[in-house]
Amino acid sequence: MLKRDIGGIVIIFVMPLLLIITITLIQDSTFKNLEGSKIPIIFIDNDKSEVSKNIKQELQSSKTFELLTNFTEKSAQDAVFGGDYQMAIVIPKNLTKDINSNIDSKVQTIVSSFGLETDSSAVKKTVSKAKDIHLYFDPATNIGFKNNVMNAVNKMVFEIENKKIYKAFQDQLGTTENLEENKNLISFKEITPKKGNMDVMPNSVQHNVPAWALFAIFFIVVPLSINLVKEKSQGTSVRARISPTPYFIHILGKTFTYLIICVIQFLLMVAVGIYLFPYMDLPQFDVTGKMFQLIVVTLFSGLAAIGFGVLLGTVADTQEQSAPFGATSVVVLAAVGGIWVPVFLMPEFMQTIAKFSPMNWGLNAYYDIILRNSGIGGIAKEITFLFLFYVAMVAISLFYERKQNAV
Amino acid sequence: MENFIEIKNLYKKYKNAEEFSVNDISLNIDKDEIYGILGPNGAGKTTLISMLSGLIKPTSGSFKINGLSPQKDGFKLRQIIGIVPQEYALYPTLTAKENLMFFGSLYGLSHKKLRNAIDESLEIMGLSKFADKKVEQFSGGMKRRCNLIAGTLHNPKVLFLDEPTVGVDVQSKKAIIDHLLELNKKGTCIIYTSHHLSEAEEFCTKIAIIDHGKIHAVGSPEELVNRVTNAENLEDVFISLTGKELRDVVV
Repeated sequence: MLKRDIGGIVIIFVMPLLLIITITLIQDSTFKNLEGSKIPIIFIDNDKSEVSKNIKQELQSSKTFELLTNFTEKSAQDAVFGGDYQMAIVIPKNLTKDINSNIDSKVQTIVSSFGLETDSSAVKKTVSKAKDIHLYFDPATNIGFKNNVMNAVNKMVFEIENKKIYKAFQDQLGTTENLEENKNLISFKEITPKKGNMDVMPNSVQHNVPAWALFAIFFIVVPLSINLVKEKSQGTSVRARISPTPYFIHILGKTFTYLIICVIQFLLMVAVGIYLFPYMDLPQFDVTGKMFQLIVVTLFSGLAAIGFGVLLGTVADTQEQSAPFGATSVVVLAAVGGIWVPVFLMPEFMQTIAKFSPMNWGLNAYYDIILRNSGIGGIAKEITFLFLFYVAMVAISLFYERKQNAV
Repeated sequence: MENFIEIKNLYKKYKNAEEFSVNDISLNIDKDEIYGILGPNGAGKTTLISMLSGLIKPTSGSFKINGLSPQKDGFKLRQIIGIVPQEYALYPTLTAKENLMFFGSLYGLSHKKLRNAIDESLEIMGLSKFADKKVEQFSGGMKRRCNLIAGTLHNPKVLFLDEPTVGVDVQSKKAIIDHLLELNKKGTCIIYTSHHLSEAEEFCTKIAIIDHGKIHAVGSPEELVNRVTNAENLEDVFISLTGKELRDVVV
């Protein structure tokens, strides 16, 4: 029937490809930290001294921001709150001077406590209140972006303060050693999973292809449920129900057909990831040695989606019930399953709910294979859950159908 | 001798309905019968046929077809039943042949046997040259004929027809009736509902007139006409038994 419905083919096979290309392109720019496209932000330097110059230099060298400086604090506030710019940074007047005097006074206090010669009366006089660097954000700014910027500014200020403290101690103690070499006493090294001798480095494609492929696969719920409802309204299900062929065979037939569609959908999305993405300046989707496991997960995820579609199509009386409910519930399942927001960032009760989401099982299984290098053994739990979900959905559908119709 | 179809005290009340749709119906139907179940809208005809064909569950009562009960012999019973529902019950985007292949395969017919049965039936019903056309392109009469073939490919022992000639042209109606008479000659018991009283009068060997879920009269068309004073045809009998009141039904 599908081959006679070009619109249906476009929706089932081409739309998921469009989805995966769009989402990956968008997400990839986030992963690349917006390389090539700088975010314009307002930078107001009321200090015009060492500290503000350092901050400005750091921001410029990050390659993320384009600094706009022709603003007053008031005009910057209006522009940012009006949504013209994402953020503004306002460095207060005398920031360098006040930091220097605060550090000097504290260092002098410490040095004097060791019994070394210092003017303690001067210390009290030069202590001043901590200065605020004002940050203005567009209210519509993404929270993640906001937190990242605040952390980056914090880090810059902290490093500048550190340097100044070292310098103040050196001045007080009269030493001249170069302490810059010891700037980072603790550093971080990320250890990634290995595939042979190669590090497995996650990128936007490795994250997005499986996640959005799964999302697209679950959308099979909509055409499948509509198909079942149509059969009821056309009367064709009547023939199936009174025939000697048990109804579950009818459902198995549909399962098989729609499973083939799911696998084709997935293979097309993988093909786009492998062959098309490199031409779009995206990393190639790497499935080397993982294709079999990925197809296994696709089959079981497809089963879970089909089970849900069968239940919906059995219970719904009209297409007006099945189509919107199907589409919305897939979006909800995707949200709960961690397709949009990682599960670990969700509130605790949502994390508990996510454990029961078939899309979460599917996503974990895909990530286990692609990002964590697991084999079939590593995804056994997830695929078992997906299969049991299918069995439960179909069993409920058959029970419901029998209760409603059978003699 | 046991009757081919035995219906005993059959009742059906739908959820939230105030009245029984089928209210204590008992009938015996012989194997060679073309049995008409006639009644106004909402009389309970479709409900009765739906129960007998296994589509809905009776509230109470029982029936047997060819000695088979739906509870004990469901599988065997389904093999000998054919149904031609009031809706077209065909996949519109499939061709006539594809539809018939699919529905025939539900009865486990071998590929060759099924192909032969389809070709033969399409020929009889004048649809051979449209076999590879999509059903959505068919006229109402063509769909009705195709609908009939879909219910008879497995040579059922009993065929339930719910308004099989509604909305069709005279030629299609004749083709359908002729085919049904032929099937009956070959041994298929036919249970038929219709609003076309003149058609039923000519076609049926026995008729039950039902209203408000109850049987009001049973007999051959001649017997029924003779039973009612001044009745000249089945329509007079029908009006006499069911009244002139309009029967608009909201389902």
